Amino acid sequence: MAREARDRSPMHPRDTFLRPGPSSKPSSLESDEDNNDVFLPDGIGPQPQASSFLKELPSYRTIQRRRSSNQGTRERLLRSHFVRSSYGGSRQAFLDERADDSQPLREYAISIQQKRKIRDIQNAQAKQTGWDQWKEYWKSWKKLTDDTKELLYTMKLWRKDVRSIEGKFGSGVQSYFLFLRFLVLLNFVMFVLMFGFVTLPIAISRYNVFNSSHVDSFTSDIDPVCTKYKVAVQGLGYFHNYIIDLLSGTGFLEWTYLFYGYYKVEAINFKDHNYNIPLAYLLVTLAYLLLSLLWIVKRSMEGFKQSLVSDEDRFQSYCNKIFAGWDFCITDESAAALKHSSLQYELKTDLEEERIRQKIAERTRTETCHIYLLRIFLNVIVIVVLAVSFYCIYKVSVFSQEFNSKLLRQTSLLHLLVEYLPSIVITIANFITPIIFKIIVNFEDYTPAFEIRCTLMRCVFVRLASIGVLLITLWTQITSCDHQTCSLCGYNYKHYPCWESRVGQEMYKLMMFDFIIIAAVTIFVEFPRKLLVRHCSFKLIQLWGQQTFEIPQNVLEIVYGQTICWIGTFYSPLLPAIATVKYFIIFYIKKIGLMQNCTPSPKPFRASSSNFFFLLVLLIGLVLACIPVGIGIAYIQSSKACGPFIAFKTSWSIIAYTVNGLPPGFQEFYRGITSEAFAVPFFVLTCLVMFYFIALAGAHKRVLMQLRKQLAVEGRDKLFLIRKLADVQASVSKISTNQLKTSQTLQLLHPQSLQADVHV
Amino acid sequence: MGGTGSQLSKELLSEYQELTFLTKQEILLAYKKFAELLLKEERSRILSVRIPKAKILTLPELKANPFQHRICHVFSTSEYQDDSMSFEDFLDMLSVFSDSATPEIKSHYAFRIFDFDDDGALDSHDLEKLVNCLTGEAEGTKLSESEMDQLIQNILEESDIDKDGTINLSEFQHVISRSPDFVSSFKIVL
Repeated sequence: MAREARDRSPMHPRDTFLRPGPSSKPSSLESDEDNNDVFLPDGIGPQPQASSFLKELPSYRTIQRRRSSNQGTRERLLRSHFVRSSYGGSRQAFLDERADDSQPLREYAISIQQKRKIRDIQNAQAKQTGWDQWKEYWKSWKKLTDDTKELLYTMKLWRKDVRSIEGKFGSGVQSYFLFLRFLVLLNFVMFVLMFGFVTLPIAISRYNVFNSSHVDSFTSDIDPVCTKYKVAVQGLGYFHNYIIDLLSGTGFLEWTYLFYGYYKVEAINFKDHNYNIPLAYLLVTLAYLLLSLLWIVKRSMEGFKQSLVSDEDRFQSYCNKIFAGWDFCITDESAAALKHSSLQYELKTDLEEERIRQKIAERTRTETCHIYLLRIFLNVIVIVVLAVSFYCIYKVSVFSQEFNSKLLRQTSLLHLLVEYLPSIVITIANFITPIIFKIIVNFEDYTPAFEIRCTLMRCVFVRLASIGVLLITLWTQITSCDHQTCSLCGYNYKHYPCWESRVGQEMYKLMMFDFIIIAAVTIFVEFPRKLLVRHCSFKLIQLWGQQTFEIPQNVLEIVYGQTICWIGTFYSPLLPAIATVKYFIIFYIKKIGLMQNCTPSPKPFRASSSNFFFLLVLLIGLVLACIPVGIGIAYIQSSKACGPFIAFKTSWSIIAYTVNGLPPGFQEFYRGITSEAFAVPFFVLTCLVMFYFIALAGAHKRVLMQLRKQLAVEGRDKLFLIRKLADVQASVSKISTNQLKTSQTLQLLHPQSLQADVHV
Repeated sequence: MGGTGSQLSKELLSEYQELTFLTKQEILLAYKKFAELLLKEERSRILSVRIPKAKILTLPELKANPFQHRICHVFSTSEYQDDSMSFEDFLDMLSVFSDSATPEIKSHYAFRIFDFDDDGALDSHDLEKLVNCLTGEAEGTKLSESEMDQLIQNILEESDIDKDGTINLSEFQHVISRSPDFVSSFKIVL
């Protein structure tokens, strides 16, 4: 094929324009009507004349110069001599040219010796002006920034652990651990915010440091029955009381800094200043939600740009898999073998998926109808499954709440079990539903990639919606009362004198249980599984196989935990600290579990798309978390027996109250911003700007396609012209050789007479 | 072992920092690793000694790599074409594969590593060898003929802009610039 053509012409450079296409037909050179024949057919190598024209093209000279810079002092024996001869001159020219460049030396694709030569030339040519001083400053500044970056890099948490994971399991699993590290940082920052602005001032004032005093919040214009709040604290009689209280946030933990109720402070008076605690509390809540949003969006920018550009994952997926397929970080032999097989698996699956796609495109109409009906039916089943699980959660939550309020606190394990019943049911639902979804999606006949995404989205929905169902149950319990008792205080004061603390307790329980489950599963399920599979040779157990690290499920677990943290921080200000510690410990549990119990999965999980996927799911969690927090702040009346918002109707009304206290200019400004006259045009403007950018992106894509087509056409035109030129030259040389031959034969025949005519 | 670290002078260290993308720690670590590969008596002239390819390939970072021979070939500046590497070649290699190298440098060297016949373009034979490297050299791991053809067709369709059946450097760099995984996978850290 192409190889023969190349072998036949060893003298010519491996240039792109002369390569015969793999699909070209061996037709004659003269058929110019068919554009496909512009490519030189097989078996006929490039003509010497054509290649000489190519050498003179300006674009070829640029490629030549760039190539010579790459070789440097290396002499490639495969290179033809005239290319080598052009090295000497152009290399010097390259060095001279580069000496004036201001690009940093290290960004040249040449060896260190070459870079040294260039640098010496640069230094020799440097003009001795005052500009040198600035260059020196710039160099030392760069060195300083480099050193600081290096220092920050060495201080990064868990750097060595993450690298060892990367070497053994690849970058897909590594991205999960990087995500975990990000969450630890996020929670720590949230804790610092909440602690610094709310908890610390109150603690200071309680101990009268800095001459501070606090004013407890109270209100006089409400029925005194609403303000009664008695915390059932039993003495630390029995040890198991202690444990039960620790695990469920009741008892001695209820009236502590852990929960909202303890923050019953209106203002703190330092020497001359007043520190408004309720305002600080609300603003810090808004701040941490906003901060999380900005941080996540910033981190997901890279992945989002890539997925926008790559126009759904089918585009350029092959090039990405082949050229960026091998993970050069792999150092382990067995991991390398696994990577080979996973790459092979991935390529085979992709090729098969392409064949399936073609098959789908060729489906008949009846088949399509059939498939759509089946899909609708299966989606109905999915909805039914979801409804059943949500109903179970609802029923169990109602039961748990009523049980708690009806029976007095009992010191029994039964009590603890009932407290934890909603968490248990949610965990069971989160365990069973993915299995059901996996089975269902097999019948829906989607492409493999879409199948994975579909199952994942359903699992995400179940996880996050189950928290929502729990909260809805709580809200209905809090705001529903019999015998019109709600009108007195605005909420069910009999069962929930301090409802925010109760919500906080529920979130606390969810978080604790989540942590216990993760630890328990790793220790009591995965570890025995590894031992069983290794030492027991039952067929069933071998079929079960070794544990692989399922990235999507693990990610959903920690996103679930983080959503609970976001919702719960308003009601339990120290929850981010617990979350930080929890994720810190989970990192080590997961890492040890990974190293000891898991084998790398044959099905790969791409690092790039996975980063974006994690952050997308986290973003969904954040948006879903804002809803309950918003409802709790703005719609449900704040409890009158505890917390900083006793004097206000709802927690949000402090904003209006504060604005009224500001100067009139600010008030006008605030009223203007929050009015409809501003909001609606602003929304419309944002939509317009968004549409503009979408249109721009579409236009750019179209331009890109056109330019690519044009480039292909130009390449063909060039080759066509060159061949034409070569033909003309060939025929001219033929004519001149013919003429020479005839004149020579004539000369032989009549040597004297035609001597004068020979000279042309 | 402690003595070898001090043999790299400060000027040389800062010069390497300037000419490569490596940090000071990474250069010192590379120095240590390179010294470990040498015999005791060669360690004093570490900067002028060349290590033969077989020894370089015993490094854990390269041992499991299917492109190990190509990497040695591309980065070696030996005049005898024996793919032996000096310390500066070693640093060059680590610099290109480091975290802070620019994507342009990485794609440039990736192109040269993938160009198995060193002719400046990736044609279907180069691509076939590349795919075989990725899936493993054993018999059972190769793709079938039809699958290989389909794959190479797809690759050329995605990346060959001027439709000449090969991928040249600019086309390769163009395709790599839109590849999201390249920078994170084209990385070797000691």
